[in-house]
Formats: sequence, structure tokens, C-alpha cells
Amino acid sequence: MPGLPVVFFIMAAVAIGTAVGMLVSRNTIYSALFLVLNFATIAVLYLILGAPFIALTQITVYAGSIMVLFLFVIMLLGVERLPHSRSLPWQPIVAVPLVVILVAVLSVNFFGRAGALDNIAEVTPAFGTPALIGETLFSQYILPFETTALILLVAVIGSILLAKSEKPSPGQAVRRLNASVPSVAGAVSSSSKEVPAAEQEKAVGK
Amino acid sequence: MTPVAYYLALSAVLFVLGILGVLLRRNALVIFMSLELMFNASNLAFVTFARMFGGVTGQIIVFFVMTVAAAEVAIGLALMVVIFRQRHSIDMDELNSMKG
Repeated sequence: MPGLPVVFFIMAAVAIGTAVGMLVSRNTIYSALFLVLNFATIAVLYLILGAPFIALTQITVYAGSIMVLFLFVIMLLGVERLPHSRSLPWQPIVAVPLVVILVAVLSVNFFGRAGALDNIAEVTPAFGTPALIGETLFSQYILPFETTALILLVAVIGSILLAKSEKPSPGQAVRRLNASVPSVAGAVSSSSKEVPAAEQEKAVGK
Repeated sequence: MTPVAYYLALSAVLFVLGILGVLLRRNALVIFMSLELMFNASNLAFVTFARMFGGVTGQIIVFFVMTVAAAEVAIGLALMVVIFRQRHSIDMDELNSMKG
């Protein structure tokens, strides 16, 4: 029998509330924080469902590293200071019927087949522990596991290549270092001319 | 309704909310977060079915989904940084330079 109903309903309410909060929030940082809370509640549900390893992976990988990456990028770009764009009038007109169709299809499938969900397997306490997951991962699923390693390697190389601005020669790197002293990202090249020579000397000294 | 049905219903609701976010918002970062929400909804369904059938394969799939999502986020956010550097906007409506 998976789950205490009370805990489930509290967690479900929090999960849906934070998901809605993420969607309607105008500040991107608030959206990210709502999503972190959402991931945490889902992790509690994983614990109830007998998946402690997945629950802790959810906390460390999703709420930990992925959302921290999101917050880094939000703060790096300064998105919250951008002006809000005008809204597109036809966007909800197209989106809402599509979502209604999706909800209809989901409900038909859900309520049409809910009777097949009655048989819940009995599991041992060892179900979903890191030992069992690791054993299965390294025996039956070793090839997908190694493929994942390759995917992560490609992702690391790709993101470094993408985010690298340009190939700086050693001289350029020093000039960039000088120019970034005024620390206005957009006006780097133009502002470096306005800095007096004495100040530039100081910056090099530092 | 059985407890399994509750979990699947929650998964469906979260997935629909993610779809709404992708369709209605135009901030690329929020669209990305909605994608993560949809990943989570499907992961919840996988874990629910793993518990229902008593097999561990569903949890293994969730593990793979998480690692691929991490790779996808790294690439996607790098792309977003590059786009923002060039156009000073991450509004999806403004990224129309390939429009004929």
C-alpha cells in the first residue's frame, strides 16, 4: 500500500501550488525557488513510494546542482532587470484549447483504465535501496550507464565550447582584464578608452 | 480510486502545468523550468509504476532521465547565455532571425 494519505495530500497540494507559483511568478528567481520546493516535495513522494535512492538523487542532482545552475544563469544574465515584453494576444487563444484537448485525452485514459491499478505488489524492505539499484545498474543496464557517461562528457565539452566567448590571445586576455575593471559588461570595449592611463597602470599592477 | 491512481493524477496535473508553462510563457528560462517540471511529472509516474509492479526498472529509468536532464540543462543554459550575449533578450518571440 503506497503511502500515507495525509502526507500524500499535503505534498500534492504543495507540489501543485509551487508549480502554479512558478508559472505565474513574474520574477524568474522566484520561479526557480518555487521549482526547488516542488522538487523537494516530489522527493518526499519518492520516499513514500519506496525509492530512497531516487529521492536523494532528486534532492542532490535536481534541487542541488540543476537549480543552482539555473540560479547562476539567472543572476549572470540579470534577467529580472529586463523590461517586460508586450504580451501576444493570440497566444492564450491557441494554447488553452490545446491544453483542454490534452486534459480530455488524459482524463479519458485515466478514468477508463483506473480499474487496472488495483493490484499493488508486495515489496521487501530492500526495494529501491542503493545496493539493489546499483546491482541492477551495473549488471543489466551497464551499456546505457556507459552511454550516459558519454552523454555527460559531450554536454560538458559542448557547454564549454558554446559559452566560451572568443579565442583570446595572451595580449587580448590582459586587455580584457584591464577593461573589465569598470565592470560594465556591455560597454567593455568603449569604456576602456576612457579610463586614464594612470588608472590602467594601476589595474595592471594589481 | 486506489492510492496508485492518486499518484498518477498528481503526475498528470504537474505535466499539464508544465505544458501550460511552455505554451504560455515566453521567458526562455521559465520555459526551461517548465520542461524540468514535465520531466519530474513523468519521473513520478515511473516511480509509481515501479512500486506498483514491484520492479526496480522504473527507478533505473528515472535515474537515466535525471542524468540526461542534467546534460540537457547544461547545454541549454550555455545556449541561453550565448543568445543573451548577442541579443540582450531571452524572450522567445524575439528569436526570429531565421523567419523567412
